[in-house]
Amino acid sequence: MRPREEAERPRDDSVSPPPAGRPGSGLARDEAPGGPVRDVARKGRRRGGGRGGDRSMVPPAEFRSYYGRPIVKAAVWHHDIAAYLFTGGLAAGSALLAAGGDATGRPALRRAGRVGALGAVLASTYFLVNDLGRPERFLHMLRVAKPTSPMSMGTWIFSAFGVTAGAAAVAEAAPLLPERGLLGVARKLLPPVGTAGQYGAAVFAPALATYTAVLLADTATPSWHAAYQELPFVFAGSALASGAGVGLLAAPAEQAGPARRMAVFGAAMELYGAHRVETTKGILSEPYTEGKAGKLLRAGRALTALGVAGAVLGRRSRVVSALSGLSLLTASLATRFGIFEGGLASARDPKYTVVPQRERLAQRAASNGSDGDAKTQQPG
Amino acid sequence: MAGPNSLYGPLDPAPDAGYVDAPPRMGFFTDTSVCIGCKACEVACKEWNLIPDDGFNLLGQSYDNTGGLTANSWRHVAFIEQPVADRGGSTDTPGAFAGLPVGPSVSAHTAVVAAGSGQDMGTDPGIPPAVDALAAAATIAPPRAEPQFLGMPGTDLPGRTPDAPRSDFRWLMMSNVCKHCTHAACLDVCPTGALFRTEFGTVVVQEDICNGCGYCIPACPYGVIDQRQDDGRAWKCTMCYDRIGDGMTPACAKACPTESIQYGELDELRARAQHRVEKLHEQGVDSARLYGESPDDGVGGDGAFFLLLDEPEVYGLPPDPIVTTRDLPDMYKRAGIAALAMAATVLASFLGRRG
Ligand code: SF4
Ligand code: SF4
Repeated sequence: MRPREEAERPRDDSVSPPPAGRPGSGLARDEAPGGPVRDVARKGRRRGGGRGGDRSMVPPAEFRSYYGRPIVKAAVWHHDIAAYLFTGGLAAGSALLAAGGDATGRPALRRAGRVGALGAVLASTYFLVNDLGRPERFLHMLRVAKPTSPMSMGTWIFSAFGVTAGAAAVAEAAPLLPERGLLGVARKLLPPVGTAGQYGAAVFAPALATYTAVLLADTATPSWHAAYQELPFVFAGSALASGAGVGLLAAPAEQAGPARRMAVFGAAMELYGAHRVETTKGILSEPYTEGKAGKLLRAGRALTALGVAGAVLGRRSRVVSALSGLSLLTASLATRFGIFEGGLASARDPKYTVVPQRERLAQRAASNGSDGDAKTQQPG
Repeated sequence: MAGPNSLYGPLDPAPDAGYVDAPPRMGFFTDTSVCIGCKACEVACKEWNLIPDDGFNLLGQSYDNTGGLTANSWRHVAFIEQPVADRGGSTDTPGAFAGLPVGPSVSAHTAVVAAGSGQDMGTDPGIPPAVDALAAAATIAPPRAEPQFLGMPGTDLPGRTPDAPRSDFRWLMMSNVCKHCTHAACLDVCPTGALFRTEFGTVVVQEDICNGCGYCIPACPYGVIDQRQDDGRAWKCTMCYDRIGDGMTPACAKACPTESIQYGELDELRARAQHRVEKLHEQGVDSARLYGESPDDGVGGDGAFFLLLDEPEVYGLPPDPIVTTRDLPDMYKRAGIAALAMAATVLASFLGRRG
């Protein structure tokens, strides 16, 4: 129970009895005549018009439910999946960093990116398998390729990315091999394979970074679904920023220029997307601003800002660069957990299922009504 | 095969899933106006499908100790106590309760207390407690409204006294079940193909394929499908796929003593339901309405639909569900744009001046 809201709510005894003949119409906790349905409709209109307005003006939602229990079920995914949102993005960002670094002759970025991508892929694999109810059946994911299932598509994207990024990372070990014998052959073969893998991974990387947004949005979880237009941008930006973080951590100042720019662009994309998610979804923005999700997203925003500032201003200092890289990585982690938690919170409270759907019904009824009017006015 | 309405809109699901010469689509029509809350359906379902028990729970939600649909409860009988007046259900004999004790209903208070009770049903997410317990009062009625008589238990056999006075109190009872949606989000998102469309147009999980990824659970707009903690897999109603294939009636419908649960060809059930709701309106039960019967609704119509006597959300049903995959093409498009923006960003970052 949220104490703040409770205080705003009318007390139990302020409730008026139901008007006779309207079963259940007096069940909402408000005294306004007309019942809960009208109330919701009214609020919807106000919210639509007053975008960005004073949130405290919105009275607590009036809605009915079955003993206050959730209507949709919250995802059963543990923190493994939230962590995977981060490591998957990190893998994608790192792979892009590696490709760019190699193409422009910045070996430090290439090495850090390749190794970072492989590390993130391995961590992701662990998280993905560990979260299954039946981990030993992980390979059942590869029985089908199903476009209506973002998880199926994602598994294939992740597999392709994993193979290519893995090859690129292994190739980094080539100089360690002896020059003669069988391993000597491998020493010669690995670099071109690694380069091919690196560019292959870079091709799959943007898909890897953004499909997870579709994965969350393609559910009945109210606040995830409502954010489907912006979530891919939040995740893409977050992935870029975390990849840039790897570059800032690992590369010397003279090679880190692109990582700095990537940090700025990525952060801008992420902050813009997150801002829209938190402000334009009406009541469904609420779960992202309250409780655990709100704290995480605010922390993510602050750390992103800090990381970008450090990346831009501290370009001469290795220490400041590394710290800002760390800050960007932590920011990405916090943002992913924030989005994850916000969705779960929206599924646990039936308010977020009932109120927007009631609003939709009211709008449809209103527009049907005006359609009817228009028709009657038309001659013939 | 897959057509323009494959993701949204009216559709006959079995042919769309690729069945040639599919039998007629089968369904449930659950008429809550005749449900007596005996829970025979819950028991019959458990027995036939060998569903594990979900513990001895007392939820305090009227007579509902099941709580909701879970991996271990494929039928769930909801109970709602409402001390409200209704045409056809209210006191029709003035002074009928003179001299009897009257007092405020306690139902709303117990609902608030009950909403805070969480019970481990052996499934995830199962039946978690309400986030906002006060909201539970809205299931029932204003707690301290007009003093209202709760209805004394009669001393005579039911039906022996003709025109027995009715109290101002009603119970809503409803046997909930998987809707076997025309556009089933659970099935759409399942990455293993464990969930599949049967030739009868129903939706079934193959337990030997499911790997417990859990994606179907948040995808269902009705909060039906759920995961067992012990075996990690997702479970839900199969509309007794193993019975209907042999021309038998599903266990719940067979066991229902009032024919509140009716099983049959969906087209016929829809016609029957229309007739029933019209009849109830004639009899003055204005609150009767059908839920999920329209092929034009957000999920293309439910294979298992209902006649309700109050708003859907009072029974724990979403008032206007829309299958999430309706927007999937749009979601992929947005993700594609974001992915391109990402690639462009990297190009811009590396093509800029050296440094
Ligand atoms: S989406 Fe939910 S209600 Fe529809 S078929 Fe799947 S589990 Fe049943
Ligand atoms: S939990 Fe099982 S049935 Fe549900 S989506 Fe995953 S594999 Fe399919």
